[in-house]
Amino acid sequence: MNDVLNINGQEISSRLFLGTGKFSSNRLIPESVEASGAQVVTVALRRVDLDYEEENIAAYVPRRCILMPNTSGARNAAEAVRIARLARTAGCGNWVKIEVITDNRYLLPDNYETLKATEILAGEGFVVLPYISPDLMVAKQMVNVGAAAVMPLGSPIGSNRGLKTRELIRILIEEIPLPIIVDAGIGRPSEAAEAMELGAAAVLVNTAIATAGDPVGMARAFGLAVEAGRLAYLAGTGETLEYARPSSPLTGFLRD
Amino acid sequence: MSYYEERSKYNGFNFDSFFNNLTDDVIRKIIARNRLSVLDYLALLSPRAELFLEEMAQRAQRLTVQHFGRVIFLYTPMYLANYCVNQCLYCGFHVHNRLERKKLTLPEVEREAKIIAATGLKHILVLTGESRQQSPVSYIKECVEELKKHFTSISIEIYALEEAEYAELISAGVDGLTIYQEIYDEEEYARFHPAGPKSNYRFRLEAPERACRTGIRTVNVGALLGLGGWRAEAFFTGLHADYLQSRFPDVEVSISPPRIRPHLGGFQPEFDVSDKNLVQYMLAFRLFMPRGGITISTRERAELRDRLVKLGATKMSAGSCTAVGGRSNQESTAQFEISDERSVKEMAEMLYAQGYQPVYKDWQLI
Repeated sequence: MNDVLNINGQEISSRLFLGTGKFSSNRLIPESVEASGAQVVTVALRRVDLDYEEENIAAYVPRRCILMPNTSGARNAAEAVRIARLARTAGCGNWVKIEVITDNRYLLPDNYETLKATEILAGEGFVVLPYISPDLMVAKQMVNVGAAAVMPLGSPIGSNRGLKTRELIRILIEEIPLPIIVDAGIGRPSEAAEAMELGAAAVLVNTAIATAGDPVGMARAFGLAVEAGRLAYLAGTGETLEYARPSSPLTGFLRD
Repeated sequence: MSYYEERSKYNGFNFDSFFNNLTDDVIRKIIARNRLSVLDYLALLSPRAELFLEEMAQRAQRLTVQHFGRVIFLYTPMYLANYCVNQCLYCGFHVHNRLERKKLTLPEVEREAKIIAATGLKHILVLTGESRQQSPVSYIKECVEELKKHFTSISIEIYALEEAEYAELISAGVDGLTIYQEIYDEEEYARFHPAGPKSNYRFRLEAPERACRTGIRTVNVGALLGLGGWRAEAFFTGLHADYLQSRFPDVEVSISPPRIRPHLGGFQPEFDVSDKNLVQYMLAFRLFMPRGGITISTRERAELRDRLVKLGATKMSAGSCTAVGGRSNQESTAQFEISDERSVKEMAEMLYAQGYQPVYKDWQLI
């Protein structure tokens, strides 16, 4: 069976997206990408340094990958739009992850500003993947304004707390006709598998890999978990029951 | 409510009595807590908490890696001018100190900028003394226009400004403000700043708020350690950072714990602040504000800075020089002596050796 993720007409080979912040060395980025099999890699434009090749984070993303700049640091729609345009001018392609954060304590996204930026940038031909708090109404509007996918958070960025928003994400998966990519909060491979079993189109992981004792080993583990979770989703997991199924049913005596 | 009022709530607070009532059990519980109150923070600054530095360090290290990654942001200071009308007892640029006063011309700014930019650094902190005649806002703005060509992030460490002046510099390209209150004890502040515009305690204390209101991206506050008792000063610095973060959630807030260094004029610190004290301060702050930045300058010696990488530090200066135009002209007098004279490259090598990434660029003028 051909199970390929399709975003804006582009076929994506891996359902694990990788973030590039927090690594102890940029050299770990290509190794982690390869170990995980990831194809979509996000890089903060604020870190991209075209003047200094050796320290330029974007130069460490393998060429076969889709580079998805993100707007980290944007505090409103206007800043996100400016960052996205700068990224395109800098040669980072036309994919962009919109990240608008006005709260430095929890790093929760500002859905309203994110929506505004998404509308503007989709109108300019960007492939826009907005990072949001999982809110059904906002996600529906994202569809209307031309987002290519929706990226709800599992829990706050970098918190490694897992799928705390599971029920809300489940609703988005059921109701939104775009790929739902769980971004932020996934702390372990089992949680990535859980998101995939739920029907997420992909997951984006950064902190859990970058800050692991062995980032490359952890990248591989996440790659396998995402694949396993997807296979489980496709195979259809069995019904979960609160009680054991009785072997002597009470109504077994009734015959047609 | 301004921070002045917030801070005033603690006037007359008996720190010693608070410290004396703490038990080991209380300290242990605080260290394990997810969200610390301001008094929890103060408890971790206590003499009793000194017994728990290793436990604090383990947790602080985990929190720092989780929130910032294994990275240290690098920047370097650039002194534009040393004209100063203030009489800060502890400062080498004191109005009555005899030193060659100097202010960089724009071509000199360009020359210094090129020397710094060649090291790969993208974040610059520009400093001046306080002289509205010699280094007015218009002059600083002109320098910023020049520096924008070489750097992607420009912070200022200059005299306290009015809100409209901050707005002017922000629109010119400044995105960060560093301003130290020097000493949060208001009476002692008056003694250390006997004359000049800087003697206005409240105007300086509220400078970060004014900058935040006008859209500054980062603020860095601090007390100059050694002027007052460090525990109370560290407390009020943390309280200030927390105040700013709560009211301006979109601003990146950080603190500096600078210790007084030798300089022209020979001021001797009145309070000793040991390495152990400095580390306790950093750890307590990290547990109190897990996402707050901690900036460590070259005031600290190399061996200690190497250790502080894993004790909560997030940002360090490198290749520093505290004299006006000191990178192209060796004759100029420094504001204070630096302790870590390593180049940017040497700092980067040290960080890599510790399993940390030096980050040269973390913002982009937009």
